[in-house]
Amino acid sequence: MGKARKPESKKNNSEDYLRMYRQMMRIRVFEDLANRLYLEAKMPGLTHMYSGEEAVAVGICEALNSEDKITSTHRGHGHCVAKGAEFKRMFCELLGKAEGYCRGKGGSMHIADQDNGNLGANAIVGGSTGIATGAALSAKLLKKDYVTVCFFGDGATAQGLLYEAMNMAALWKLPVIYACENNGYSQYTTTAEIAAGSMTARAEAFGIEAHKVDGQDVLAVNELASRLVERARKGQGPFFIELETYRYHGHHVGDINRGYYRSKDEEEYWKTERDPITNFAKWLTTQGVASDSDLAQINAEIRDEAKASVDYALAAPYPPAEEVDAHVFAGVDHVLPYLSGATQ
Amino acid sequence: MTREIALSRAINEAMHEEMHRDPTVIVMGEDVAETGHPFKFFDGLSNEFGTQRVIDTPISEPGFTGLAVGAAMTGMRPVVDLMFGDFIYLVMDQLCNQAAKTHFMSGGKLKVPLTINTNLGATRRSAAQHSQSIHTLLAHIPGLKVVLPSSAYEAKGLMKTAIRDDNPVVVFHDKLMYSEKGPVPEDDYLIPFGQANVLREGKDITFVGTSSMVSVCMEAAQRLETNGISAEVIDPRTLVPLDESTIVGSVKKTSRAIVVDEGHRNFGVTAEIASRIAEKAFYHLDAPVGRLGAMDVPVPFSPALEDLTVPTTEQVCDLAAKLCRKEVSGVV
Repeated sequence: MGKARKPESKKNNSEDYLRMYRQMMRIRVFEDLANRLYLEAKMPGLTHMYSGEEAVAVGICEALNSEDKITSTHRGHGHCVAKGAEFKRMFCELLGKAEGYCRGKGGSMHIADQDNGNLGANAIVGGSTGIATGAALSAKLLKKDYVTVCFFGDGATAQGLLYEAMNMAALWKLPVIYACENNGYSQYTTTAEIAAGSMTARAEAFGIEAHKVDGQDVLAVNELASRLVERARKGQGPFFIELETYRYHGHHVGDINRGYYRSKDEEEYWKTERDPITNFAKWLTTQGVASDSDLAQINAEIRDEAKASVDYALAAPYPPAEEVDAHVFAGVDHVLPYLSGATQ
Repeated sequence: MTREIALSRAINEAMHEEMHRDPTVIVMGEDVAETGHPFKFFDGLSNEFGTQRVIDTPISEPGFTGLAVGAAMTGMRPVVDLMFGDFIYLVMDQLCNQAAKTHFMSGGKLKVPLTINTNLGATRRSAAQHSQSIHTLLAHIPGLKVVLPSSAYEAKGLMKTAIRDDNPVVVFHDKLMYSEKGPVPEDDYLIPFGQANVLREGKDITFVGTSSMVSVCMEAAQRLETNGISAEVIDPRTLVPLDESTIVGSVKKTSRAIVVDEGHRNFGVTAEIASRIAEKAFYHLDAPVGRLGAMDVPVPFSPALEDLTVPTTEQVCDLAAKLCRKEVSGVV
């Protein structure tokens, strides 16, 4: 990857750099508060933290416009924020409240935000690789110029569906980018134990141009993604990106004692040496884009917004009981009478 | 105008008409384009609409079904062909975890207007992996509609309704009926889901038959007529939604029922419909509800064995006579 940026690159200015910083920090703060909600037993179920991987979602989504689509994973809050979702409706969804993005029916693992092009998070590992590729097929058939990014983890590379989808994407030159977030762990097992060979070679076998990038470097991710998105828009796709990154928390919020599968030293190394936000903040201050106090100000604003959103979501009403059998079929208000043949 | 055409031709007409009407309707599947499908129901589509809309896929059922789900979420109306109903097992995640749940999990925001065109039915000597009738598995899943056309007329009208539906719909044709001819109007018509068809009125017993079992029930009813048993025959047309009131209303009138379906008897369609009859018409029943389904064994290859596994007209007649004899003596 070359260092020189194209002059027309829209990220080549302070405003865009600061937006990337802000979006990464928004993800970090969102996850901190989501984790706290879980630990305080205020959140039903469980959730999977994106902390540590922020540069991946932000670097890629900042290369997309609101018409571009993404599919997301069980570890999906970061993608959702990066694609433009708002805190209030996300926290409402995490808490199962009526004002959530999915009226409380999806929860942490299924947030969909269609208005911003987020076709939904998927709790079946690799489950959305077909959907993302199908969205790209629609773009081609409907002659629309949006690009679809399919986010998935290293664990999903063990699912056959990915290969069926990549085969068809390559055959039909679909505008889709497969973004493999390699955080080193497939649930509680190291990637080395579950994946033979190289990640990029998997895509190259289909003739798909594949790249590997430091997923902790938001500028590197964004630069690569911007180039590939524009090329995919011109019909030169599909593409595959392996993003090397790290998951700060366990597989899910309840995975606290994880010493048996990875060391504290390793976690400390990534948090202190490789943190995407700290390192980008350093770059912003040394380049003179922002001062420490500018960034502190941004952080404070985000925390205030997040805190207010959590308070709002905690106080927000649950969906009414009569919604339990709504939304099963489009065009059917309540499915239970419908199943017995009652006309709607 | 109405003419006699084969069921596969009726599907073909439905496809032509819907693809003309709506440019977002596409077909995806194995050998659907130039070949027009091994069963020929997509003949001529790729010439007329091009291979952009009639898409030959690799032999990747989960993959192309997954693509169709994503395409359906983003503006297309894909018709996915699964050459044999047995391949449903390959696409269970994409159908049941993805397509069926997307509208619900998104709180009603995302829609999946997807039609799966597939089949059921044994006695084609195709052995255990190309002969199954597994429609009941999908009828169990909230979020999927399940359609069982019983004639060429039904196939055209129900297929068109399926394509226009904003939800995932799985249409199972009996593969032995593809060449069966029947009267089909040339013009545009739709058959609504959830409205059973009463093919024959009767007063002693109600037969509820699905797919090719409808004609088995009709034959049985005609044979029983000469023996003094008057059978009503109902084709539910769709399992999801199920027109419970027509079935229950009929049984309340006749006081007896037999449910015939080619899926396995164990935990199957016949069990569900029989239990609804028992719940809603118990005090009108003069005999236990009879059930005839495929034998609970994998479908054997040998014709001598395979023919033993599917319900027959004789079985329906025998069971009807047994159930009626309890109350109506000396008729058989």
